[in-house]
Amino acid sequence: MMRDTIILRVVVKLLLPVILIFALYVQFHGDYGPGGGFQAGVAAAAAVILYGLVFGVSAARKVVPQGILLALIPLGVLIFAGTGILSLLLGANYLDYSPLGSYPKAGQHLGILIVEVGVFVTVSSTMLAIFYAFGGRAEDALVSEEENE
Amino acid sequence: MHLPALQVVIPLIAAALCALFRHYFLAWFITILASWLSFAIAILLLLQVMSRGVISYELGGWVAPIGIEYRIDLLNAFVLLIVSGVGAVIVPYAQKSISQSIEKSQQSWFYSMYLMALTGLLGVSITGDAFNIFVFLEISSLASYVMIAMGPDRRGLTAAYQYLIMGTVGATFIVIGIGLLWAMTGTLNLYDLAQKIPLIENSRPVLAALAFLTVGISLKLALFPLHLWLPNAYAYSPGVASAFLAGTATKVAIYLLLRFFFTVFGGVEFFQSTPLPEILFVLSLLAMFAASIVAVFQSNIKRMLAYSSVAQIGFITLGISYATEIGLTGAIAHMFNHAIMKAGLFLLIGAVMFRLGSVKIEDMAGIGRKMPFTMAGFVILGLSLLGAPGTVGFISKWYLALAALQEGQWWAVALIVAASLVTMLYIGRVVEVAYFREPTVKVDQLREVPSSMLLPSFLLVGAAVYFGLDTSLSV
Amino acid sequence: MTEILANLNYWVTIVLMISGLYIVAAHGNMIKKLVGLSIFQTSVYLLFLSPGKILGGTAPIISKDFDLYSNPLPHVLILTAIVVGVATIALGMALVVRIHEAYGTIEDDEVHDMERE
Repeated sequence: MMRDTIILRVVVKLLLPVILIFALYVQFHGDYGPGGGFQAGVAAAAAVILYGLVFGVSAARKVVPQGILLALIPLGVLIFAGTGILSLLLGANYLDYSPLGSYPKAGQHLGILIVEVGVFVTVSSTMLAIFYAFGGRAEDALVSEEENE
Repeated sequence: MHLPALQVVIPLIAAALCALFRHYFLAWFITILASWLSFAIAILLLLQVMSRGVISYELGGWVAPIGIEYRIDLLNAFVLLIVSGVGAVIVPYAQKSISQSIEKSQQSWFYSMYLMALTGLLGVSITGDAFNIFVFLEISSLASYVMIAMGPDRRGLTAAYQYLIMGTVGATFIVIGIGLLWAMTGTLNLYDLAQKIPLIENSRPVLAALAFLTVGISLKLALFPLHLWLPNAYAYSPGVASAFLAGTATKVAIYLLLRFFFTVFGGVEFFQSTPLPEILFVLSLLAMFAASIVAVFQSNIKRMLAYSSVAQIGFITLGISYATEIGLTGAIAHMFNHAIMKAGLFLLIGAVMFRLGSVKIEDMAGIGRKMPFTMAGFVILGLSLLGAPGTVGFISKWYLALAALQEGQWWAVALIVAASLVTMLYIGRVVEVAYFREPTVKVDQLREVPSSMLLPSFLLVGAAVYFGLDTSLSV
Repeated sequence: MTEILANLNYWVTIVLMISGLYIVAAHGNMIKKLVGLSIFQTSVYLLFLSPGKILGGTAPIISKDFDLYSNPLPHVLILTAIVVGVATIALGMALVVRIHEAYGTIEDDEVHDMERE
């Protein structure tokens, strides 16, 4: 752990908001420029991963608890698939967003936004879950050893 | 009307729900609902296709070939029926078997992966978009790697790893092939490709694409020299996963082979102008014999059945290599029959594992007296596997033999019969141990498995006999 | 020489493809195999992406100021392929960690020998 390195700790704290804002920018600008849920999700997860690298996985787990993470992964899939079901109920083909808004273009816009939120949720939580699973393994082993002693 | 989309979406949503609730019994309940629902949808789709012809469904309302199209003709309606049918029949069985072999906290993950694999396989069969095929194929493969890794001992991990490496290489070959086709034609829609490829079919990139696709798909379907991942993957995974994968995964890969050879690449004439028929023919014969002979020497019964799968896949590709109507009928019928037989056999062996805790053939001495129904089912399916009249196995082998005769290859008919005789050797070995040896002390204490495990297995046994007598569906 | 340079993207693709596949086949270390697999997959990304690039083209969002657009399709496809690749490598790594815990080694042949016994 790099808990003693004050420079790293300060720099990371300065960087975190910037990374998160950038992630949101990529997320919501995705309709009009390059970007979208996947890229934004990875960027947002990278912020927490950076935090975890410097302050330890257990600290990161306090920010985003594992339990919530594991619920978020399927939730994002459900948001995506649910949007499709919604368009079915509104009488269009699966994932046809047009009927979601008052006129087709608004519907397409809204649909893409919702779907990308679903992607964001799943991708960011999956990335984090992967990091916890690998990065947290050594720490978990340490904790269980201490408990045994 | 929206059935094609629901076919894929229902298991997908169910998989997410299983992962969300993470409760072992609820997950099983969701799985049973979703799998039987998608089986019902598959039946409805098949009926619709039979009465009204090809169904096309445009995802998101975007018109093909720009948008992704789901397109169902008789062939993939049939494959959907096989996949969802096997997927649905296994689930009632799964509850007892999985409760015993996997920890409670992990069970919902297993069901989630099971549904994901189902989603992927149904998606591959239903979609009319080449890149979509790759994505769904990888969804199903990744889910199956996880299921295999959940096997009862540590060898499941290495089997899953080995499968992951070979499966990913195969999938990457498939994408390379798709990429070359896309670069040449600018379209990914299978039916649009089918119209554009004949114009340029002798250009080098198209031939390279055909080669990449053939090798990639052959890896996924475990054609003889590329089958190395299969025996361990089937042998060391949980019984439910073996039955599901043996019944569906390779069948879907065979469907892909048929789809690419005969729809995308302009049909029989082009296929016969390439060296593919000869290559497939030789490899199929090798598979039929080499894998069957290896199966005879296995001591683990699941490995034995896995090698037998490789051999049976040889029979299917033999039918494809003839590329005649009778040959293809035989191949498709054998695909259907083998799905029923192997899924049933693995379920019954899972039942033996459930009671006995071992899948070594020697440990099964005299088990026929203690678990009469399980072993009777095994014998019936075993007879079907070797092609005894009155069972499904006979029908498809009959057609394969006819196809060989049509080409005037008497010796090929003799080889088909000879390979079936080797099948008799390994099935006979199990029957000998199970019925004609004195039960050991351990076997003596066994009881028959609960009916929730017997009934699904016997549904498949019943199907094997029924479709052997009434051939209207499979032929 | 000019012919090679004109098709430089394809040459790079082919070199990556072959070296990736070679690493998968030749190395016994399970992590190295995954590295090879990753390189192999990366070559495919290049195969799709490079023909889609149009010099001077911009992102395909229609606007009065531009009249030359890149093809968006390969980017979407490869984004999907990257996701598949990430999932595959993550799962592969997880399996290797578990194999290491179960066998104490990640060398192919050593694991194989232990399974024989």
